[in-house]
Amino acid sequence: MADAGLAAVERRPGVGPALRRLLRQTFVHLGVLPLLLVILLVGFGTWEPRFLSRQNLFNVARQATYLTVVSMGQMVALLTGGFDLSVGVILAMTSVVLAKVMAATVASHPNAVGLAIGLGILAGLGAGTAMGVVNGIGVAVLNVSPFMMTLAMASIAFGLALFMTGGVPVYGMPGQFGATLGFGKLLGVPVPVYVTAVLVLGMYVLLNWTRMGRYFYAIGGNIKASILSGVSTRWYLFMAYVLVGFLASVGGVMLTARLETGEANIGAAMPLRSIAACVIGGVSLRGGTGRLGSVVLAAVFIEWFENGMNLVRIQSYLQMVVLGVLLIFAVVMDEVRHRYVAGMRDG
Amino acid sequence: MALTDTQTGRAPELSSGAPPVLRLRGVTKWFPGVQALRGVDFDLRPGEVHVLFGENGAGKSTLINIVAGALRPDAGEIELRGRPVQFRSVHDARQRGISAVFQEFSLVPGLTVEENLFLGAEPTTGALINKPEMRRRAEEALRRLGFPILPRMRVNRLSRAEQQMVEIAKAFRTNLSILILDEPTAALTDRETDRLFQLVRDSKRHGVGIIYITHRMNELHRIGDRVTVLRDGGRVETLAVRDATPERLVELMTGRRIEAFFPRIDHRPGEALLQVERLTAGALVDDVSLTVRAGEIVGLAGLVGSGKSEVGRACFGLEPIRGGTVRLRGRSVGKPTPGAMLRAGLAYVPPDRRAEGLVIERSVRENIALSALPSPHFSGRLFLRRRSERAICLRLAQQLRLVPLGIERPVALLSGGNQQKVVLAKGLTRDPRVFVMDEPTTGVDVGAKTEVYTFMKDLVEREGAGILLISSDLPEILHLAHRAYVMHRGRLRAELERAELTEQAVLSHFFETTTTHG
Repeated sequence: MADAGLAAVERRPGVGPALRRLLRQTFVHLGVLPLLLVILLVGFGTWEPRFLSRQNLFNVARQATYLTVVSMGQMVALLTGGFDLSVGVILAMTSVVLAKVMAATVASHPNAVGLAIGLGILAGLGAGTAMGVVNGIGVAVLNVSPFMMTLAMASIAFGLALFMTGGVPVYGMPGQFGATLGFGKLLGVPVPVYVTAVLVLGMYVLLNWTRMGRYFYAIGGNIKASILSGVSTRWYLFMAYVLVGFLASVGGVMLTARLETGEANIGAAMPLRSIAACVIGGVSLRGGTGRLGSVVLAAVFIEWFENGMNLVRIQSYLQMVVLGVLLIFAVVMDEVRHRYVAGMRDG
Repeated sequence: MALTDTQTGRAPELSSGAPPVLRLRGVTKWFPGVQALRGVDFDLRPGEVHVLFGENGAGKSTLINIVAGALRPDAGEIELRGRPVQFRSVHDARQRGISAVFQEFSLVPGLTVEENLFLGAEPTTGALINKPEMRRRAEEALRRLGFPILPRMRVNRLSRAEQQMVEIAKAFRTNLSILILDEPTAALTDRETDRLFQLVRDSKRHGVGIIYITHRMNELHRIGDRVTVLRDGGRVETLAVRDATPERLVELMTGRRIEAFFPRIDHRPGEALLQVERLTAGALVDDVSLTVRAGEIVGLAGLVGSGKSEVGRACFGLEPIRGGTVRLRGRSVGKPTPGAMLRAGLAYVPPDRRAEGLVIERSVRENIALSALPSPHFSGRLFLRRRSERAICLRLAQQLRLVPLGIERPVALLSGGNQQKVVLAKGLTRDPRVFVMDEPTTGVDVGAKTEVYTFMKDLVEREGAGILLISSDLPEILHLAHRAYVMHRGRLRAELERAELTEQAVLSHFFETTTTHG
């Protein structure tokens, strides 16, 4: 049916081809995301009025920060031609270490709440980033495939996190931690949104205005050409996984603040969801291409979509089905896009 | 001279009246940006060896790929034993008795020799593979060919020459009527080559028609019956081998364009820029010494696998150096790495731009700038200088006449010639004095070729750069190089000055010191 529609547009002279070309250009440059966003806004917007309410938008914004931050990390791994399946457990590890350190510090120094929060955050970030370092050594130095390295890391770290907590949530963090970083608002905007905005800005500059960012793209696009261009591919591959670890870890800190407990199983869905956000955002699974803005938008889209499904009371189990279908759809469209691009070659 | 066929008006026939087993009429093939074949007529008679001759990019590979069923022609007809046919696939062509041995092997590295030989046609009993039978038939086939290879060996454990033998054994099957051999002797020793030629003669006696691609004049005369010369995708002439003198073939191969095609480049040799002394590197390069001076183009010729490519790679730090030194502008480079050599002023143009030269999905600008990002024109302490980057890349793209001049387009969308210009522009960003160019004009059309040559002329004459031109394209070496080295099996065979640079002189060093016929 869609084909018939397109064919009809094509037959009409003048406006038709121009519109078609515009749609095709949009698709080639931005992927399937704009289409999905239109469907989302029109669909849920008309179905459920609360969907576009101010209250709901802030809610979605806060909810989307965690996935956004982790997806930016995942994007870096994908750009270099790999991926990171351990982002979930990095979140978990961060959460557990942070909670333990924070709870222990505040228990021994009840008056030093600020110190406890600071130490906890640092310890959490350190633990998460350290896992990125190990991933980076495995992938860049020992030449383990990213798939095996991060899959094994996921098992190792999940096991460690469970071992440290005995499988039960860690309580005892000072209330101020959750109150500010989790639920706090500044000028009516949730605090995690500010943190995320700063990180998005930083990542934008890193990817587009620094050598490191440029090299991430180049390494994923063609590692041999990068080596021949004098790029220290090992160092930048290593740094890519460290960066993934750090970003996932920040996500872990913010999520822990929101949950107000340290938990070993908070990131279980993160690998899939972050890869989904990247792919829907047009990051190529072959490496070398992808825009930060689209990834951020895609992460927000996923959260917003799930929020919409919640509002119209679609069961959470079914939501998993929908997410999976969406992911496959995005990958298929990525293939189609590649074929379009190949067809645009000079000749 | 050859007679002219009255039917087509072009394809000459020899005395034989046998109808051709294969006939192509007006076969045309387009690739993006290049017309690979333009209306080629070709016929092959049973029991003859028909040699295809031509420069790289003349259309030989495209032609045999079409005959082998790997490519479909855009126009033209193929007749097999007088009947029009269309090959749907390589498998389809094989079913009709056409076998091809390509330069790129079609072997599965992880499987054994026998498994490769019978891949897709395994002898079976019921649903199971009959392994004893397969072993027996493999042994028999290898023995018949005289190849000393064990059927149970895994292919990835074999040498290149042995893999070539397996590939040939795979092609020699029972219902063979057309055999395509694409430079089959490149990796073989003399004895193995003799053995192969004996097989070719046996096949001829059995009425097999053989299409044979070679760059070697002596092979042409040893086993060829007729030769068809291709140039720029068109058939220039088909003649009997006895009429094919080297002078005539070169003339046909390159046409009369020699003067216009290759620019005259002044030779004003200055200081020694690149000095390679007794270099032993990688698996191949053995005790090679050469010098490239400012203001000259030095050719490095040799067959595929002679080690000429590896010399260039070793200079750029891409092959482990086991002995000898590389000096750049008088200073010794301890252990070359791409980064260090780029900084020191050496640019390397890899032979395969898609594999090693370009990040195909990224823009022209990002590709040109890639190796120069650490330099102050492209980045400061923290951030890229994108405005300066854009200006420099645009200037370089203009200098190389990139058409259309869009530096934000992904290089994947450019034609082969334009992609090659991007690779060359990339080499210019670090202001190098020495260029090592490995096959700088592979897979680009004639127009772009002349532009590449003009670019080289400018580099040498205006910038006083030195170029080491590594090329399998003999005319390129003969007409551009001021001096040339010829390599053979990893060693330097000869150094030829401009006056000595003739086709015969170079070719005579390509081979073992056997005399050429004809």
